[in-house]
Amino acid sequence: MTSPTISFTRTEPYRPPADHVKLQAEAPISRVRRPDGRELWVLTRHEDVRAMLMDTRFSSDRRDPRHPAHMAHMGPDYKPGLIEMDPPEHTALRRSLIGEFTVSRLAAWRPRIQQMVDESIDAMLAGPAHTDLVEALSLPIPSMVISEMLGVPYTDHAFFQENSANFSRIDTTPEQKGAAVANLRGYLADLVQQKLKEPGNDLLTRQLAAGVAPEDLGPIGFLLLIAGHETTANMISLSIATLLDRREKLQALRDDPAITVGAVEELLRYFTIAEVGHQRLALADIEIGGVLIREGEVVFGLAHTANRDASVFPEPDDLDFTRLARNHLAFGFGPHQCLGQNLARLELEIVLATVLRRMPTLRLAVPFDEIPFKENGPNYGVNELQVAW
Amino acid sequence: MHLEANRDRCVGSGQCVLVDPDAFDQDDADGLVVLLRAQPHDDAGLARAREAVNVCPGRALSLAD
Repeated sequence: MTSPTISFTRTEPYRPPADHVKLQAEAPISRVRRPDGRELWVLTRHEDVRAMLMDTRFSSDRRDPRHPAHMAHMGPDYKPGLIEMDPPEHTALRRSLIGEFTVSRLAAWRPRIQQMVDESIDAMLAGPAHTDLVEALSLPIPSMVISEMLGVPYTDHAFFQENSANFSRIDTTPEQKGAAVANLRGYLADLVQQKLKEPGNDLLTRQLAAGVAPEDLGPIGFLLLIAGHETTANMISLSIATLLDRREKLQALRDDPAITVGAVEELLRYFTIAEVGHQRLALADIEIGGVLIREGEVVFGLAHTANRDASVFPEPDDLDFTRLARNHLAFGFGPHQCLGQNLARLELEIVLATVLRRMPTLRLAVPFDEIPFKENGPNYGVNELQVAW
Repeated sequence: MHLEANRDRCVGSGQCVLVDPDAFDQDDADGLVVLLRAQPHDDAGLARAREAVNVCPGRALSLAD
């Protein structure tokens, strides 16, 4: 029997792809075919996706040519990033970075992030009463935060931010994107050299002091930049677009700002913007949910669909800011669960609370269904968000 | 019931700290879990302990008798 073909394109902003939802109801662990013909397993239940992401016999090592994200250019000298390797290699690298992302370390960033958000909103309010929120707020905030974390000098900030925006925006050409990657990689390599000469109070300096090799630190810096940049920007844009589209949700947050933390969690669950990242290669014959997955087979955990699993989140298609949604899989699960997740939460919480407080007349400048959504990218989001106030 | 934490399994995500900052912290040096209070005080504390066990991505936490 031929496996059905499924796509990973989102066509409705508020829902997972219809064929993924259908699989969850009818055949939650399925053998399917990608549009390019490659066969894989998809998991759609919350429990199964969690079990898969927990089990390190499902490999993330992209140097293995059987891994779905293996790229032909990965030769034996390729330096894999944190998301491209398995324990124990992964464990050691992750542990070297965790200290920068603990809850208490991040809490110390709160006043500085608040200041950045306030200054961006000051600039918006000082200009014309309409703008593209992606350009004015969603992209600059994560960019400013990560550049300060890495110790990018203020004089280089415009270069760093412009290149990271060009890397993240979907409307830049492949050439522009390629140039941005080359610029940023080169910049980060130089920055690491500079930190060797002039240590600062920043992540790169601390990593060097801890004995990380300079040549390993450029790729780490680049991963921290890309992993936390466009993703957070997308969540900021989607969250604000949704609140402006569904005014009763916005009102609920205004009436009780204490629910902002829960609202952020629920918005993360609801959109689950990074989905194709949950791809693994089975290194053994492994049973999941009563189905035997054989060594060498590829498995995708459809986290967005799993986050609409009614057995875990009752009335899963409701956006309910009062539900306790911490159990979602928007940041993955298991040893690879997003390293920067608590920074993303902090940025989202501060941005949402500040926008609601300081921009009481904010509204969408285009109808919600005309917003250009990123339907086909690795991360869901919006390309631009025209707003007025 | 009391909480147990396995630091070898901990991935330093800090989810337990978000659930109950009175019961959990992270080591400043390596970011791994530190149990501040293994014994939940009351039903609400027990509920938070169960939630922390549930959301822990490393399956590093457990509740034992």
